[in-house]
Amino acid sequence: MQRTVGLDTNAVTIEGLTKDYGEVKAVDDLSLTIPNAEVFGLLGPNGSGKTTTINCLTGLLKPTKGTIKVGGFDIATDGTRAREILGVSPQESAVYRHLTGRENVELFGSLYSVPKSMLGPRVDMVMEKVGLLEEAGTRVGKYSGGMVRRVSIAMALVHDPKIILLDEPTVGMDPQARRAVWDFLIELKDNGKTILLTTHYMEEAEELCDRVGIIDHGRLIALGAPAELKAERHARDLEDVFIQITGRGIREGV
Amino acid sequence: MKLSRALALAKKDWRRMYRDPAFLFLIILFPVMLTVAFGTSFGAVGGSQPTTYNLAVVDPHGAGNSTPSQQFVQALTTTEVLKLQYFPGNQSAQSALSQGKVQGILLLPPSFDASVDSFRSSPARPGSWVNCTISLYLDKGSLLSAQVIPSVVEQTLGQAVFGVRTSTIPVAVSAPSLVNIHASSAFSILAPGLFAFASIYMIMMVAQSYTGERESGLLSRIVVSPASSTDMISGSVLSYLVIGLVQALLVFACVYALGYHPAADFLGLAMGFLIVTIFSVCNIGFGLITAAISKSAGAATGISFVFLMPQLFLGTFVGLALSSTAQSVGRFVPAYYVTDALTSLFTRGAAVTSQAVLTDFAMVSAISVTILFAGIQAFKRFGRS
Repeated sequence: MQRTVGLDTNAVTIEGLTKDYGEVKAVDDLSLTIPNAEVFGLLGPNGSGKTTTINCLTGLLKPTKGTIKVGGFDIATDGTRAREILGVSPQESAVYRHLTGRENVELFGSLYSVPKSMLGPRVDMVMEKVGLLEEAGTRVGKYSGGMVRRVSIAMALVHDPKIILLDEPTVGMDPQARRAVWDFLIELKDNGKTILLTTHYMEEAEELCDRVGIIDHGRLIALGAPAELKAERHARDLEDVFIQITGRGIREGV
Repeated sequence: MKLSRALALAKKDWRRMYRDPAFLFLIILFPVMLTVAFGTSFGAVGGSQPTTYNLAVVDPHGAGNSTPSQQFVQALTTTEVLKLQYFPGNQSAQSALSQGKVQGILLLPPSFDASVDSFRSSPARPGSWVNCTISLYLDKGSLLSAQVIPSVVEQTLGQAVFGVRTSTIPVAVSAPSLVNIHASSAFSILAPGLFAFASIYMIMMVAQSYTGERESGLLSRIVVSPASSTDMISGSVLSYLVIGLVQALLVFACVYALGYHPAADFLGLAMGFLIVTIFSVCNIGFGLITAAISKSAGAATGISFVFLMPQLFLGTFVGLALSSTAQSVGRFVPAYYVTDALTSLFTRGAAVTSQAVLTDFAMVSAISVTILFAGIQAFKRFGRS
């Protein structure tokens, strides 16, 4: 399924993004570009502004200031076209528990106008990739937490989006399932997809991401390839990078 | 709007109808249980066994079987709806009524026989008739007798004594109604109100559905897809219209099985189902308003009663037990027009083109569209985040 993308070499362009909640700045003057076919990781503790940034990218939240372009389409003025090329897996596992895994994925395929003739094969393919083909006919209410996360990812990918936003995609998954999802994301990257993910897992960021941005108190405090960031600070891992910059661990929260 | 998206969303709701135990109860089991409960409680099970009411008769004309008054009383007995007890005077009858021994008193005026005779001698000359009024005293605490007795008396009088419609005779009966006496069980009075009664719980379902989807993040997920608000609302309207129709068919099947056989022809039945289905649109609107002002699915359950209770008390069969003032207030709730239309169509056998039915249809349609529009605006403004 080839989709038209705006004339932009960058999949995502964020300029001066600010999101205020009263006195609190959830995101503070964030600027970022993500080129096509890159896997970009947004790292930071809870409450640092990662999810707010994702929500602004999808158009769910209206920025206080700044502009966002997705696939060359301004999310504020051309949101519908931008949303057509986006695949979004939110932080909470938003799935219909009374539907089967297959039915959930089919529903979102229909919402993204996947042609009926292609919907079945697409659903089979993504369910297989997330390791749920055998359980596709089981109602999601009977799934484990990790299986629900995987269905949620399948729902985000069924329409073959050009740009994929994954908010904490592997939370709650066992190592085997996490590995399967990683392999799938690497395959998507190899197929030219752009992926923006947020994660708590430093090993996930190091395994998957071409570049990472570390965000704290809504501000981007470090940006670069994981290896570069570690080398610059002689750090063992990205957690160590974060500690060196902020003086606290990434899991300690804001 | 894209039909395929709306259909996909509607399909999701239809699946919920039979897979989610809470929805299954409210949509399928509740209407069936309610109908069976009322049917068994008010004498419908067994089909043709109408409830009987004790009626005190005070006849100043004395004994005999050839006078018009005696013919009338005899005809009342044969309806099998009324069990007559003779009293020598109004005072002793009132005493029996106050003690609950009878549900009503029929007080024949002294001029009754003269009135009937004047009609029979000159049926085409109303000017020569002796006019009189039959007094009925009814137990206000007995909802059903107050509904059934006047109509039985009126129709028996017209058919058995005068052989014509009651509007063309010199004898008047207080508080007449148009219930068919051959089907006058208590259940036949209640049955039309059961349709609206079952349907109004859709308000709660819609509100819970939207707030639940909002709480779980599903609503946000749909919002960030290319599906528009119009797709979402169209999907809901489509799904709940079908659900409303299914509910109406279920209630109909139950009341029919319990012995309530509507006096409507195919067109009348179709009009009845159409009105109930349109009423679903109104309930969707109320559900959206509820979802817009509710912070959680739990709150939505409580707040939905703000819209549900007035319709329950003023717009369904429950309203029959209320005062005339309260019944007048009922005209401000849409369920009233549904019950009124179904009573006209199913119980009175009114034509679909009759003014009463068309007025009810117009009112239900106009109110439903207005409430849906208000619901959409409220939900867009306050309900999505």
